[in-house]
Amino acid sequence: MADLLPNEEYKVNLEVFEGPLDLLLYLIKKEEVDIYDIPIGRITAQYMEYLELMKILNLEIAGDFIVMASTLMLIKSRMLLPDEDRGPMEEDDEDDPRWDLVRQLVEYKKFKDAAGFLETLEEEQENVFGREGEHVELGSRPDVGMQDVGIFDLINALNKALERVPEEELQEIFAEQYTVGEKVDDLLERTSNGKKISLGRLFIGMRSRQEIVCTFLAVLELIKLNRLSARQDSHFEEIVIEQVDESEQLAVSEEGLEEESVFKKEDEDLL
Amino acid sequence: MSDVEILPELKEIIGSLLFAAKKPVTAKEIRKALIGTGENYGGPYEQFASLKEKEILAAIEDLKDELEKNATGLHVAEVAHGFRLQNNTTCGPWVRTMLDKDRSAKLSKPALETLAIVAYRQPVLRSEIESVRGVSVDSILRNLVELQLVKVVGRSDLPGRPWMFGTTQRFLEHFGLKSLDDMPGMDELKRREEEESKAEQTESFPAIEKELEEQTETPTTEDDGDEPGETEKED
Repeated sequence: MADLLPNEEYKVNLEVFEGPLDLLLYLIKKEEVDIYDIPIGRITAQYMEYLELMKILNLEIAGDFIVMASTLMLIKSRMLLPDEDRGPMEEDDEDDPRWDLVRQLVEYKKFKDAAGFLETLEEEQENVFGREGEHVELGSRPDVGMQDVGIFDLINALNKALERVPEEELQEIFAEQYTVGEKVDDLLERTSNGKKISLGRLFIGMRSRQEIVCTFLAVLELIKLNRLSARQDSHFEEIVIEQVDESEQLAVSEEGLEEESVFKKEDEDLL
Repeated sequence: MSDVEILPELKEIIGSLLFAAKKPVTAKEIRKALIGTGENYGGPYEQFASLKEKEILAAIEDLKDELEKNATGLHVAEVAHGFRLQNNTTCGPWVRTMLDKDRSAKLSKPALETLAIVAYRQPVLRSEIESVRGVSVDSILRNLVELQLVKVVGRSDLPGRPWMFGTTQRFLEHFGLKSLDDMPGMDELKRREEEESKAEQTESFPAIEKELEEQTETPTTEDDGDEPGETEKED
Protein backbone atom coordinates (compact mmCIF):
# COMPACT_ATOMS: atom_id res chain seq x y z
CA MET A 1 0.00 0.00 0.00
CA ALA A 2 2.67 2.43 1.01
CA ASP A 3 4.37 2.28 -2.36
CA LEU A 4 1.32 3.76 -3.98
CA LEU A 5 3.26 6.94 -3.84
CA PRO A 6 6.01 7.31 -6.36
CA ASN A 7 8.40 9.04 -4.02
CA GLU A 8 8.97 10.44 -0.61
CA GLU A 9 8.93 14.08 -1.47
CA TYR A 10 5.44 14.80 -0.26
CA LYS A 11 5.17 14.45 3.41
CA VAL A 12 2.67 16.38 5.42
CA ASN A 13 3.23 16.99 9.05
CA LEU A 14 -0.16 16.53 10.54
CA GLU A 15 0.51 16.56 14.22
CA VAL A 16 0.26 20.28 14.68
CA PHE A 17 -3.25 20.19 13.44
CA GLU A 18 -5.13 17.40 15.01
CA GLY A 19 -4.48 14.44 17.21
CA PRO A 20 -5.93 11.04 17.99
CA LEU A 21 -8.58 12.51 20.26
CA ASP A 22 -9.77 14.74 17.46
CA LEU A 23 -10.02 11.73 15.21
CA LEU A 24 -12.03 9.81 17.80
CA LEU A 25 -14.40 12.70 18.38
CA TYR A 26 -14.73 13.08 14.66
CA LEU A 27 -15.65 9.41 14.24
CA ILE A 28 -18.07 9.51 17.15
CA LYS A 29 -19.82 12.44 15.57
CA LYS A 30 -19.75 10.94 12.11
CA GLU A 31 -21.19 7.65 13.29
CA GLU A 32 -23.67 9.48 15.50
CA VAL A 33 -22.93 7.29 18.47
CA ASP A 34 -23.20 8.08 22.14
CA ILE A 35 -19.90 9.19 23.59
CA TYR A 36 -20.78 7.45 26.87
CA ASP A 37 -21.52 4.21 25.10
CA ILE A 38 -19.00 3.97 22.32
CA PRO A 39 -19.38 0.90 20.11
CA ILE A 40 -15.74 0.16 20.55
CA GLY A 41 -15.42 -2.47 17.83
CA ARG A 42 -16.86 -0.22 15.15
CA ILE A 43 -14.98 2.86 16.21
CA THR A 44 -11.71 0.95 16.50
CA ALA A 45 -12.15 -0.46 13.01
CA GLN A 46 -12.77 3.00 11.63
CA TYR A 47 -9.90 4.45 13.55
CA MET A 48 -7.57 1.86 12.08
CA GLU A 49 -8.94 2.56 8.63
CA TYR A 50 -8.15 6.25 8.93
CA LEU A 51 -4.75 5.47 10.34
CA GLU A 52 -4.08 3.26 7.35
CA LEU A 53 -5.13 6.04 4.98
CA MET A 54 -2.86 8.45 6.74
CA LYS A 55 -0.03 6.00 6.22
CA ILE A 56 -0.84 5.68 2.54
CA LEU A 57 -0.73 9.43 2.26
CA ASN A 58 2.64 9.43 3.92
CA LEU A 59 1.28 11.83 6.50
CA GLU A 60 3.68 11.97 9.33
CA ILE A 61 1.72 10.14 11.94
CA ALA A 62 2.47 11.23 15.43
CA GLY A 63 3.32 8.46 17.86
CA ASP A 64 0.24 9.48 19.79
CA PHE A 65 -1.93 8.01 17.05
CA ILE A 66 -0.28 4.64 17.47
CA VAL A 67 -0.57 4.78 21.24
CA MET A 68 -4.28 5.47 20.91
CA ALA A 69 -4.64 2.57 18.48
CA SER A 70 -3.21 0.20 21.05
CA THR A 71 -5.39 1.69 23.77
CA LEU A 72 -8.42 1.04 21.60
CA MET A 73 -7.30 -2.53 20.95
CA LEU A 74 -6.79 -3.10 24.63
CA ILE A 75 -10.24 -1.77 25.47
CA LYS A 76 -11.75 -3.83 22.71
CA SER A 77 -10.18 -7.01 23.96
CA ARG A 78 -11.19 -6.31 27.54
CA MET A 79 -14.75 -5.72 26.41
CA LEU A 80 -14.79 -9.21 25.01
CA LEU A 81 -14.05 -10.74 28.36
CA PRO A 82 -16.78 -11.32 30.90
CA ASP A 83 -16.64 -8.93 33.83
CA GLU A 84 -15.00 -11.24 36.33
CA ASP A 85 -12.21 -12.32 33.97
CA ARG A 86 -11.00 -8.87 33.14
CA GLY A 87 -8.61 -8.65 35.99
CA PRO A 88 -7.87 -5.43 37.75
CA MET A 89 -7.25 -2.26 35.80
CA GLU A 90 -5.20 0.46 37.35
CA GLU A 91 -8.34 1.92 38.78
CA ASP A 92 -10.45 -1.12 39.30
CA ASP A 93 -13.38 0.67 40.80
CA GLU A 94 -14.50 1.21 37.25
CA ASP A 95 -16.11 -1.76 35.59
CA ASP A 96 -16.22 -0.42 32.09
CA PRO A 97 -12.85 -0.53 30.35
CA ARG A 98 -13.98 2.37 28.17
CA TRP A 99 -14.36 4.70 31.08
CA ASP A 100 -10.89 6.27 31.14
CA LEU A 101 -11.08 7.01 27.47
CA VAL A 102 -14.58 8.42 27.74
CA ARG A 103 -13.50 10.69 30.53
CA GLN A 104 -10.58 11.92 28.50
CA LEU A 105 -12.74 12.50 25.45
CA VAL A 106 -15.41 14.34 27.36
CA GLU A 107 -12.87 16.56 29.01
CA TYR A 108 -11.15 17.29 25.74
CA LYS A 109 -14.49 18.04 24.14
CA LYS A 110 -15.15 20.68 26.77
CA PHE A 111 -11.90 22.41 25.97
CA LYS A 112 -12.65 22.22 22.29
CA ASP A 113 -15.93 23.98 23.01
CA ALA A 114 -14.12 26.57 25.07
CA ALA A 115 -11.78 27.07 22.12
CA GLY A 116 -14.85 27.64 19.98
CA PHE A 117 -15.98 30.29 22.42
CA LEU A 118 -12.60 32.01 22.13
CA GLU A 119 -12.86 31.83 18.38
CA THR A 120 -16.18 33.65 18.44
CA LEU A 121 -14.76 36.31 20.71
CA GLU A 122 -11.77 36.71 18.47
CA GLU A 123 -14.04 37.24 15.51
CA GLU A 124 -15.97 39.91 17.38
CA GLN A 125 -12.80 41.63 18.47
CA GLU A 126 -11.65 41.85 14.89
CA ASN A 127 -14.08 44.70 14.49
CA VAL A 128 -13.09 46.48 17.63
CA PHE A 129 -10.15 48.80 17.95
CA GLY A 130 -8.88 50.61 20.96
CA ARG A 131 -6.83 53.73 20.92
CA GLU A 132 -3.71 51.93 19.77
CA GLY A 133 -5.50 50.61 16.71
CA GLU A 134 -3.65 47.37 16.98
CA HIS A 135 -4.61 43.81 17.57
CA VAL A 136 -2.20 41.16 18.59
CA GLU A 137 -0.04 40.93 15.52
CA LEU A 138 -0.47 37.46 14.21
CA GLY A 139 1.06 38.20 10.86
CA SER A 140 -1.02 38.62 7.78
CA ARG A 141 -1.37 34.97 6.94
CA PRO A 142 -4.73 33.57 7.78
CA ASP A 143 -4.99 30.00 8.85
CA VAL A 144 -5.50 29.06 5.24
CA GLY A 145 -8.37 27.02 3.99
CA MET A 146 -8.05 24.48 6.73
CA GLN A 147 -10.07 26.75 8.96
CA ASP A 148 -13.29 25.36 7.66
CA VAL A 149 -12.42 21.83 6.80
CA GLY A 150 -10.50 19.53 9.07
CA ILE A 151 -8.00 16.99 7.90
CA PHE A 152 -10.35 14.16 8.87
CA ASP A 153 -13.09 15.58 6.69
CA LEU A 154 -10.64 15.52 3.82
CA ILE A 155 -9.53 12.01 4.60
CA ASN A 156 -13.15 10.97 4.79
CA ALA A 157 -13.64 12.27 1.26
CA LEU A 158 -10.58 10.37 0.12
CA ASN A 159 -11.86 7.25 1.79
CA LYS A 160 -15.12 7.44 -0.10
CA ALA A 161 -13.33 7.94 -3.38
CA LEU A 162 -11.07 4.98 -2.76
CA GLU A 163 -13.99 2.78 -1.88
CA ARG A 164 -15.41 3.34 -5.31
CA VAL A 165 -12.35 1.95 -7.00
CA PRO A 166 -12.66 -1.79 -7.48
CA GLU A 167 -9.91 -3.72 -5.77
CA GLU A 168 -8.77 -5.72 -8.79
CA GLU A 169 -7.69 -2.63 -10.65
CA LEU A 170 -4.99 -2.25 -8.11
CA GLN A 171 -2.84 -4.45 -10.32
CA GLU A 172 -2.95 -2.18 -13.31
CA ILE A 173 -1.88 1.00 -11.70
CA PHE A 174 1.78 0.30 -11.74
CA ALA A 175 1.76 0.79 -15.46
CA GLU A 176 0.76 4.44 -15.21
CA GLN A 177 2.61 6.71 -12.90
CA TYR A 178 0.92 9.82 -11.69
CA THR A 179 2.80 12.48 -9.87
CA VAL A 180 1.63 15.00 -7.37
CA GLY A 181 3.24 17.80 -9.38
CA GLU A 182 1.21 16.86 -12.42
CA LYS A 183 -1.96 16.84 -10.36
CA VAL A 184 -1.12 20.22 -8.90
CA ASP A 185 -1.08 21.72 -12.41
CA ASP A 186 -4.20 19.85 -13.28
CA LEU A 187 -6.03 21.16 -10.22
CA LEU A 188 -5.03 24.74 -10.83
CA GLU A 189 -6.30 24.38 -14.36
CA ARG A 190 -9.61 22.92 -13.23
CA THR A 191 -10.18 25.63 -10.65
CA SER A 192 -9.07 28.55 -12.81
CA ASN A 193 -11.31 31.57 -13.26
CA GLY A 194 -12.95 31.12 -9.92
CA LYS A 195 -14.40 27.73 -10.73
CA LYS A 196 -15.49 25.72 -7.76
CA ILE A 197 -15.34 21.99 -7.68
CA SER A 198 -16.50 19.53 -5.11
CA LEU A 199 -14.00 17.05 -3.81
CA GLY A 200 -16.31 14.19 -4.59
CA ARG A 201 -16.59 15.20 -8.22
CA LEU A 202 -12.87 15.71 -8.46
CA PHE A 203 -12.22 12.00 -8.13
CA ILE A 204 -14.86 10.88 -10.58
CA GLY A 205 -13.42 9.08 -13.53
CA MET A 206 -10.25 8.18 -11.73
CA ARG A 207 -9.73 4.48 -11.99
CA SER A 208 -6.64 3.92 -9.96
CA ARG A 209 -5.96 4.40 -6.33
CA GLN A 210 -2.63 5.94 -7.07
CA GLU A 211 -4.21 8.66 -9.14
CA ILE A 212 -6.70 9.41 -6.40
CA VAL A 213 -4.00 9.55 -3.76
CA CYS A 214 -1.83 11.83 -5.89
CA THR A 215 -4.76 14.11 -6.56
CA PHE A 216 -5.60 14.20 -2.90
CA LEU A 217 -2.05 15.08 -1.95
CA ALA A 218 -2.08 17.80 -4.55
CA VAL A 219 -5.17 19.23 -2.87
CA LEU A 220 -3.47 19.15 0.54
CA GLU A 221 -0.39 20.73 -0.94
CA LEU A 222 -2.28 23.58 -2.56
CA ILE A 223 -4.25 24.21 0.59
CA LYS A 224 -1.03 24.45 2.51
CA LEU A 225 0.40 26.87 0.00
CA ASN A 226 -2.77 28.89 0.35
CA ARG A 227 -3.57 28.57 -3.32
CA LEU A 228 -6.72 26.60 -2.73
CA SER A 229 -9.25 26.78 0.02
CA ALA A 230 -11.62 24.05 1.04
CA ARG A 231 -15.02 24.79 2.50
CA GLN A 232 -17.78 22.72 3.89
CA ASP A 233 -21.15 24.04 4.91
CA SER A 234 -21.58 21.61 7.70
CA HIS A 235 -19.89 18.51 8.97
CA PHE A 236 -19.95 15.50 6.66
CA GLU A 237 -21.28 17.44 3.74
CA GLU A 238 -19.66 17.85 0.37
CA ILE A 239 -16.35 19.67 0.46
CA VAL A 240 -15.88 22.36 -2.15
CA ILE A 241 -12.50 23.61 -3.24
CA GLU A 242 -11.70 26.82 -5.01
CA GLN A 243 -8.72 29.01 -5.69
CA VAL A 244 -7.77 31.62 -3.20
CA ASP A 245 -8.25 35.16 -4.36
CA GLU A 246 -5.24 36.47 -6.26
CA SER A 247 -4.81 39.54 -4.10
CA GLU A 248 -4.83 37.53 -0.92
CA GLN A 249 -2.32 35.21 -2.38
CA LEU A 250 -0.06 38.10 -3.17
CA ALA A 251 -0.38 39.53 0.29
CA VAL A 252 0.70 36.24 1.69
CA SER A 253 3.72 35.80 -0.47
CA GLU A 254 4.92 39.33 0.11
CA GLU A 255 4.73 39.50 3.83
CA GLY A 256 3.98 37.23 6.61
CA LEU A 257 5.90 34.25 5.42
CA GLU A 258 8.26 34.55 8.30
CA GLU A 259 5.38 34.38 10.70
CA GLU A 260 5.63 30.68 11.18
CA SER A 261 3.69 28.24 12.92
CA VAL A 262 0.69 28.37 15.11
CA PHE A 263 -0.99 29.07 11.88
CA LYS A 264 0.42 26.53 9.60
CA LYS A 265 2.39 23.40 9.45
CA GLU A 266 6.08 23.31 8.77
CA ASP A 267 6.38 23.78 5.08
CA GLU A 268 10.07 23.37 4.71
CA ASP A 269 10.11 19.75 3.74
CA LEU A 270 7.64 20.50 1.03
CA LEU A 271 9.27 23.37 -0.70
CA MET B 1 -0.87 80.75 35.77
CA SER B 2 -3.47 80.03 33.18
CA ASP B 3 -6.89 80.85 34.48
CA VAL B 4 -9.30 78.05 34.02
CA GLU B 5 -12.73 79.43 34.58
CA ILE B 6 -14.64 76.23 34.28
CA LEU B 7 -13.06 72.88 34.97
CA PRO B 8 -14.27 69.98 32.87
CA GLU B 9 -16.63 67.48 34.35
CA LEU B 10 -15.26 64.27 35.78
CA LYS B 11 -16.69 62.19 32.95
CA GLU B 12 -14.93 64.41 30.43
CA ILE B 13 -11.64 63.97 32.23
CA ILE B 14 -12.11 60.23 32.31
CA GLY B 15 -13.03 60.21 28.63
CA SER B 16 -9.76 61.99 27.85
CA LEU B 17 -7.78 59.60 29.99
CA LEU B 18 -9.28 56.58 28.25
CA PHE B 19 -8.67 58.17 24.88
CA ALA B 20 -5.03 58.89 25.62
CA ALA B 21 -4.26 55.57 27.27
CA LYS B 22 -2.88 52.83 25.11
CA LYS B 23 -4.03 50.11 27.45
CA PRO B 24 -7.17 49.44 29.42
CA VAL B 25 -7.21 51.80 32.39
CA THR B 26 -8.37 50.80 35.85
CA ALA B 27 -10.37 52.97 38.23
CA LYS B 28 -7.33 52.90 40.47
CA GLU B 29 -5.15 54.40 37.75
CA ILE B 30 -7.72 57.08 37.07
CA ARG B 31 -7.77 57.94 40.74
CA LYS B 32 -3.99 58.16 40.74
CA ALA B 33 -4.12 60.61 37.87
CA LEU B 34 -6.70 62.72 39.69
CA ILE B 35 -4.61 62.84 42.83
CA GLY B 36 -1.41 63.55 40.92
CA THR B 37 -3.04 66.37 39.00
CA GLY B 38 -4.30 67.90 42.23
CA GLU B 39 -0.78 67.85 43.64
CA ASN B 40 0.84 69.22 40.49
CA TYR B 41 -1.61 71.97 39.67
CA GLY B 42 -3.13 72.75 43.04
CA GLY B 43 -6.07 75.10 43.55
CA PRO B 44 -9.25 74.10 41.78
CA TYR B 45 -7.54 71.02 40.40
CA GLU B 46 -7.56 69.52 43.82
CA GLN B 47 -11.29 69.12 43.78
CA PHE B 48 -11.14 65.75 42.04
CA ALA B 49 -8.28 64.47 44.14
CA SER B 50 -10.40 63.27 46.98
CA LEU B 51 -12.78 61.18 44.90
CA LYS B 52 -13.28 57.54 45.73
CA GLU B 53 -13.17 54.75 43.18
CA LYS B 54 -16.89 54.37 43.57
CA GLU B 55 -17.48 57.91 42.31
CA ILE B 56 -15.08 57.34 39.46
CA LEU B 57 -16.97 54.21 38.45
CA ALA B 58 -20.21 56.19 38.53
CA ALA B 59 -18.67 58.82 36.25
CA ILE B 60 -17.59 56.08 33.87
CA GLU B 61 -21.21 54.98 33.68
CA ASP B 62 -22.16 58.56 32.85
CA LEU B 63 -19.55 58.63 30.16
CA LYS B 64 -20.89 55.39 28.73
CA ASP B 65 -24.40 56.82 28.56
CA GLU B 66 -23.15 60.01 27.02
CA LEU B 67 -21.24 58.20 24.30
CA GLU B 68 -24.24 56.12 23.47
CA LYS B 69 -26.72 58.96 23.56
CA ASN B 70 -24.65 61.07 21.21
CA ALA B 71 -24.02 58.25 18.78
CA THR B 72 -20.29 58.80 18.78
CA GLY B 73 -19.36 55.46 17.31
CA LEU B 74 -17.43 54.85 20.48
CA HIS B 75 -18.08 53.06 23.70
CA VAL B 76 -16.30 52.16 26.89
CA ALA B 77 -15.70 48.43 27.29
CA GLU B 78 -14.46 46.58 30.32
CA VAL B 79 -11.46 44.65 29.19
CA ALA B 80 -8.64 43.01 31.07
CA HIS B 81 -9.71 44.46 34.43
CA GLY B 82 -9.78 47.98 33.07
CA PHE B 83 -11.75 50.30 30.86
CA ARG B 84 -11.03 50.83 27.22
CA LEU B 85 -12.42 53.38 24.83
CA GLN B 86 -13.11 51.58 21.58
CA ASN B 87 -15.12 51.83 18.42
CA ASN B 88 -18.53 50.25 18.08
CA THR B 89 -18.47 46.85 16.44
CA THR B 90 -20.83 48.06 13.76
CA CYS B 91 -18.24 50.58 12.58
CA GLY B 92 -15.53 47.92 12.48
CA PRO B 93 -15.46 47.38 8.70
CA TRP B 94 -14.51 51.01 8.04
CA VAL B 95 -11.85 51.05 10.69
CA ARG B 96 -10.43 47.82 9.37
CA THR B 97 -10.31 49.18 5.87
CA MET B 98 -8.60 52.37 6.93
CA LEU B 99 -6.04 50.53 9.01
CA ASP B 100 -5.66 47.91 6.31
CA LYS B 101 -6.55 45.14 8.71
CA ASP B 102 -9.08 43.52 6.52
CA ARG B 103 -7.53 40.14 6.53
CA SER B 104 -6.23 39.85 10.00
CA ALA B 105 -5.01 36.43 10.85
CA LYS B 106 -6.83 34.29 13.30
CA LEU B 107 -5.48 31.72 15.64
CA SER B 108 -5.68 28.15 14.45
CA LYS B 109 -7.92 25.67 16.20
CA PRO B 110 -5.09 23.81 17.94
CA ALA B 111 -3.74 27.16 19.10
CA LEU B 112 -7.15 28.13 20.47
CA GLU B 113 -7.51 24.78 22.20
CA THR B 114 -4.11 25.11 23.76
CA LEU B 115 -4.96 28.62 24.89
CA ALA B 116 -8.23 27.46 26.39
CA ILE B 117 -6.48 24.76 28.35
CA VAL B 118 -3.88 27.23 29.61
CA ALA B 119 -6.61 29.72 30.53
CA TYR B 120 -8.62 27.27 32.56
CA ARG B 121 -5.85 25.25 34.08
CA GLN B 122 -3.18 27.80 34.82
CA PRO B 123 -0.61 27.55 36.14
CA VAL B 124 -0.22 24.55 33.92
CA LEU B 125 2.62 22.34 32.75
CA ARG B 126 3.21 21.54 29.14
CA SER B 127 2.76 17.87 29.92
CA GLU B 128 -0.65 18.58 31.40
CA ILE B 129 -1.78 20.40 28.28
CA GLU B 130 -0.52 17.50 26.22
CA SER B 131 -2.40 14.96 28.24
CA VAL B 132 -5.63 16.85 27.63
CA ARG B 133 -5.04 17.36 23.93
CA GLY B 134 -3.42 14.01 23.35
CA VAL B 135 -0.71 15.50 21.14
CA SER B 136 2.48 17.46 21.48
CA VAL B 137 1.97 21.18 21.95
CA ASP B 138 5.60 22.20 22.01
CA SER B 139 5.68 24.47 18.98
CA ILE B 140 2.19 25.83 19.53
CA LEU B 141 3.07 26.80 23.06
CA ARG B 142 6.26 28.45 21.94
CA ASN B 143 4.31 30.50 19.45
CA LEU B 144 1.71 31.54 21.94
CA VAL B 145 4.50 32.73 24.20
CA GLU B 146 5.99 34.65 21.31
CA LEU B 147 2.63 36.29 20.64
CA GLN B 148 2.54 37.18 24.32
CA LEU B 149 -0.77 35.48 24.82
CA VAL B 150 0.84 32.98 27.16
CA LYS B 151 3.77 33.41 29.49
CA VAL B 152 5.86 31.44 31.88
CA VAL B 153 4.50 32.04 35.33
CA GLY B 154 6.79 29.87 37.36
CA ARG B 155 8.39 26.51 37.70
CA SER B 156 6.92 23.38 39.10
CA ASP B 157 8.48 21.59 42.03
CA LEU B 158 8.41 18.39 40.06
CA PRO B 159 11.73 16.83 39.09
CA GLY B 160 13.36 18.80 36.32
CA ARG B 161 11.46 21.84 37.52
CA PRO B 162 9.38 22.21 34.35
CA TRP B 163 7.93 25.58 33.40
CA MET B 164 4.40 26.46 34.27
CA PHE B 165 2.35 28.54 31.89
CA GLY B 166 -0.44 31.05 32.29
CA THR B 167 -2.27 33.57 30.17
CA THR B 168 -1.27 37.21 29.91
CA GLN B 169 -3.00 40.54 30.12
CA ARG B 170 -2.74 40.59 26.38
CA PHE B 171 -4.75 37.40 26.19
CA LEU B 172 -7.66 39.17 27.89
CA GLU B 173 -7.25 42.15 25.60
CA HIS B 174 -7.09 40.06 22.46
CA PHE B 175 -10.36 38.33 23.23
CA GLY B 176 -11.99 41.36 24.85
CA LEU B 177 -12.42 39.54 28.14
CA LYS B 178 -12.88 41.49 31.32
CA SER B 179 -11.33 38.76 33.40
CA LEU B 180 -10.84 35.02 33.28
CA ASP B 181 -14.14 34.61 35.07
CA ASP B 182 -15.76 35.79 31.88
CA MET B 183 -14.89 32.49 30.30
CA PRO B 184 -17.80 30.07 30.39
CA GLY B 185 -17.70 27.18 32.81
CA MET B 186 -14.64 28.40 34.63
CA ASP B 187 -15.65 26.60 37.79
CA GLU B 188 -16.20 23.35 36.04
CA LEU B 189 -13.11 23.31 33.90
CA LYS B 190 -10.72 24.64 36.48
CA ARG B 191 -8.19 22.19 37.71
CA ARG B 192 -10.03 19.59 39.64
CA GLU B 193 -7.25 17.53 41.06
CA GLU B 194 -5.21 20.50 42.08
CA GLU B 195 -5.09 19.84 45.79
CA GLU B 196 -4.62 16.20 45.14
CA SER B 197 -1.53 16.56 42.99
CA LYS B 198 -0.15 19.33 45.18
CA ALA B 199 -0.33 17.03 48.14
CA GLU B 200 1.40 14.33 46.18
CA GLN B 201 4.26 16.59 45.22
CA THR B 202 4.83 17.78 48.69
CA GLU B 203 5.00 14.28 49.93
CA SER B 204 7.38 12.97 47.37
CA PHE B 205 9.87 15.79 47.30
CA PRO B 206 9.78 17.60 50.59
CA ALA B 207 13.53 18.06 50.74
CA ILE B 208 13.92 19.53 47.28
CA GLU B 209 10.95 21.73 47.79
CA LYS B 210 12.36 23.19 50.96
CA GLU B 211 15.73 23.72 49.43
CA LEU B 212 14.24 25.57 46.48
CA GLU B 213 11.89 27.60 48.53
CA GLU B 214 14.10 30.66 48.76
CA GLN B 215 15.15 30.89 45.15
CA THR B 216 11.64 30.62 43.82
CA GLU B 217 9.66 33.06 41.80
CA THR B 218 8.92 33.70 38.34
CA PRO B 219 11.49 34.33 35.71
CA THR B 220 8.77 36.02 33.79
CA THR B 221 9.19 36.84 30.17
CA GLU B 222 7.65 40.21 30.43
CA ASP B 223 6.82 43.34 32.16
CA ASP B 224 3.08 43.42 32.37
CA GLY B 225 3.17 42.56 36.03
CA ASP B 226 -0.25 41.05 35.97
CA GLU B 227 0.11 37.51 37.14
CA PRO B 228 -2.65 35.21 36.03
CA GLY B 229 -2.70 33.95 39.57
CA GLU B 230 -3.74 37.33 40.87
CA THR B 231 -5.91 37.88 37.88
CA GLU B 232 -8.17 35.10 38.96
CA LYS B 233 -8.61 36.35 42.45
CA GLU B 234 -9.26 39.95 41.66
CA ASP B 235 -12.87 39.88 40.67
